[in-house]
Amino acid sequence: MSGLDLLLEIGTEEIPHWMIPPALRDLERLFQELLQASRLASGAVPIRVDATPRRLVLRASSLPERQPDSEELLTGPPRTAAFKVGQPTQAALGFARKLGIEVSALEIQSTPKGDYLCYRKQVAGRATRDILADALPELILKIYFPKTMYWTGKGGPRFVRPIRWLVALLGDEVVPFEVAGVQSARTTCGHRVLGTPAIEVSIDDYQEKLRENYVLLAAEERRRKIQQGVDALLAGTGLRLKPDPGLIETLVHLTEYPTPVLGSFDAEFLALPEEVLVTVMRHHQKYLSVTDSEGRLTPNFIAVMNMDGDPEGLVRQGNEGVLRARLHDARFFWTVDQRKKLEERLADLAHVTYQAKLGTYRGKTDRMVALVRELGGSEHAVRAALLAKCDLTTEMVKEFTELQGVIGGLYARAQGEPEAVWRAIHDHYRPESMEDAIPSSLEGRLVSLADKLDALKGCFAQGLIPSGSRDPFALRRAAQGVVRILVEGKLALPLKKFLGPDAALAEFFEDRLRYYYRDVRGLRYDEVNAVLAAGWDDLTDLESRLVALQQVRPTENFEPLAVSFKRIKNILRQAEFTRRGTVDPALLEPGPEQELYGRFHAVRALRVFRGARDYACDLEDMASLRPQVDQYFDKVLVNAPDARLRQNRLTMLANLLGEFSAIADFSEIVTTE
Amino acid sequence: MDSFQDILFRLKSYWAERGCVIQEPYDLEVGAGTMAPETFLRVLGPRPYRVAYIQPSRRPADGRYGENPHRLYKHWQLQVILKPAPADIVEQYLGSLRAIGIDLRRHDFKFEEDNWESPTLGAWGIGWQAMLDGLEITQFTYFQQCGGVDLDLVPVELTYGMERLTAFLQGKDNVFDIEWARGFTYGDVRRADELQFSVYNFELAGVATLWKLLELHEGECQRLLEAWPDYPDKKRFPVLAAYDQVLKCSHLFNLLDSRGAISVTERVGVIGRVRKLAVAVAAMWLEQEALG
Repeated sequence: MSGLDLLLEIGTEEIPHWMIPPALRDLERLFQELLQASRLASGAVPIRVDATPRRLVLRASSLPERQPDSEELLTGPPRTAAFKVGQPTQAALGFARKLGIEVSALEIQSTPKGDYLCYRKQVAGRATRDILADALPELILKIYFPKTMYWTGKGGPRFVRPIRWLVALLGDEVVPFEVAGVQSARTTCGHRVLGTPAIEVSIDDYQEKLRENYVLLAAEERRRKIQQGVDALLAGTGLRLKPDPGLIETLVHLTEYPTPVLGSFDAEFLALPEEVLVTVMRHHQKYLSVTDSEGRLTPNFIAVMNMDGDPEGLVRQGNEGVLRARLHDARFFWTVDQRKKLEERLADLAHVTYQAKLGTYRGKTDRMVALVRELGGSEHAVRAALLAKCDLTTEMVKEFTELQGVIGGLYARAQGEPEAVWRAIHDHYRPESMEDAIPSSLEGRLVSLADKLDALKGCFAQGLIPSGSRDPFALRRAAQGVVRILVEGKLALPLKKFLGPDAALAEFFEDRLRYYYRDVRGLRYDEVNAVLAAGWDDLTDLESRLVALQQVRPTENFEPLAVSFKRIKNILRQAEFTRRGTVDPALLEPGPEQELYGRFHAVRALRVFRGARDYACDLEDMASLRPQVDQYFDKVLVNAPDARLRQNRLTMLANLLGEFSAIADFSEIVTTE
Repeated sequence: MDSFQDILFRLKSYWAERGCVIQEPYDLEVGAGTMAPETFLRVLGPRPYRVAYIQPSRRPADGRYGENPHRLYKHWQLQVILKPAPADIVEQYLGSLRAIGIDLRRHDFKFEEDNWESPTLGAWGIGWQAMLDGLEITQFTYFQQCGGVDLDLVPVELTYGMERLTAFLQGKDNVFDIEWARGFTYGDVRRADELQFSVYNFELAGVATLWKLLELHEGECQRLLEAWPDYPDKKRFPVLAAYDQVLKCSHLFNLLDSRGAISVTERVGVIGRVRKLAVAVAAMWLEQEALG
């Protein structure tokens, strides 16, 4: 298909790596919306977005030269006022004059309000280039970034970093516009050090010219170059890269021309725990770690340069020097920290503020210990809770805060605490994200629960409740962690008891539960709602009910019965009847009413007999009531004129509803009827 | 090989050639070059300014008795302010690295996100740390706010860590081994300073005296702030003297902190007190500036 190609390059100073992928998605969305809104495309147009730290790029193809022409209907005076005895009136002549045409070019159009004199104005479509020239400045400044700045002066445009050049080409022509004092042109910019600063480009040679100037535009190309470079460095050495896709992504968006370089450090530093070494390398220097074939760390690292090579080894030596200094520090912290055992640091926690309104970590520790006991924790779990926060006073954690917990665990191990204790301390901040695993041991899970529940209860009691995007104490993550530990760790605990009477907190948790099941586990929202509406406390029970509901849902009797349950619910609501009670069998009419009663009692007896909770069986039994329920509603008038009769019937329905509503509220199920 | 002072001279002349006033260090204790009035006050208001100066910066808690090869109680910052920031500022900055002999084609240069913030000054900016072969050599910041005020012109602040930069250029692993001038190492010049002030800051500083001094300087600043509204000839008013009192408070706070005399809870409170003074002085300075 013919049409015009578009190239838009927003040239900036270095954009933070983590903001680049979401910004590209936003740019693409904004551009698709522009095309639709300005009728430059009917469906989705093929668009490609790319970025390096210094440029956001959008390329589209097959754009039309201009918008399609359109027609505008201009309404004049009503027909009755426009013509008198077949002759145009002053009103009609005036309307035509205003439009600069003859009355003969006008027509009569009938509308709901009557017939009117009208003019069909043909509006020529605007040139695509003009539309883009008008719209692109605003579109560029609309791209969302979590943090923006101004640079041209107070009140000036805001963007993630200063915009320094703009390339905008439609076919061979520049789309002319200006943003923040920068005029669009056909001149791009190469790599800061290796490339030329002003390069004239066309759409066809753009990517190639960038490559000649040491800019690999496509992220996948940079990723491949890193991978190939790493492979070449490690070939024949017996060394392996410790996989770290997250760090590779960071490096991809931190470079325009990435080249890995292999460095080493003194093997004596391997005496430091792996977590410490990896943290120093990864978080502080963005180095990839290297292992032997057994997966053990070796005294090597891979740094990724934004350069084409390091023939003299200067970059390697520089990085080695920086790492050496950092590892020296880490070893110094380790040695100093060992002079005071974790337990001896407990008193110091009285000087570490947990949160201004919630006191110190000493107080928090006492609450965690008490909670772990309430949760049924072993002595090991209690000991872990006691020592869990002590590493906050160590030099190592002050320097590497992201290692809190991990360091405490490693120190506890070095100080002779049993594995159940040190492992629980080590893991107690987990899960730190949706992808992170929950703590591996029961002790770790309980300490983690105590830590998070204490934070949630404390903050809610002080009114420190997350709202919108504001969640400074990461309470959503804490609640999500509680949910995952209870569900995935299969801990049958009365959660509501541990949350206390705070209604806002219970509601907050219900939200988190909904999020977990719907967005993380991908379950159907009506099933999740149905089960939650029936109440929740022990999350393993909630999980069983959900699974049972999922099993029974596809069976043929289920959905029709759900419809009947909705009906029952409505009848009871209209009658303002909620009581369950005893049905008087003597008042039951023979036929459908007695049959339903009999069948229901048989099913209920079976449930009692089964004893243990087997929600799938329960639901299947319930579904088996369908023929009787259908018949009942066919033949029996619930709202009987006789009050005693009516009362008895409502009671039976309330019993029926109540019996199964503890599993799920079926009125939440979205049925096809 | 260039000495420590050679590198300082080169950077100063480089920025002098680009229109900067070359100032000398401010003669009060400060924690960073940003706190000197040449930055903190000059970035406020609509008047353009360009300045570069060395600022020895005292951070009592970072002292290591002159024993740690990389940590210092007092380090030398070269502070450059260009207000407003020119469009080619990054090119100019890279030029300054070339001017001190760094061949960027033989090294790896990156800008990594690092937004600067000073709660005590009510100041923040957007920027990066400039990384050379994995070493942070400069903090590069576009100021957005100072003294709690949105800035009219956006200045760029370049802060070069001179010891690190020199150690890198001279290939030294230990800052005390870098050559300050022919025949003198950094250690020769500074080690006694590091040792004695570490002993004072960590061991001997009188906590009660420091608290008292903090209150006195705070009181003096407040007294001036209160005198301002009714003072008849505002152009004569000693706003700069009031700012000196803020700097004194800030340094005393740092000393008390390194002495372990400030609990975490108190910390926030004292930072708030100093911030309040800094913000008030900034407002006063702007008002005075507006008088022309």
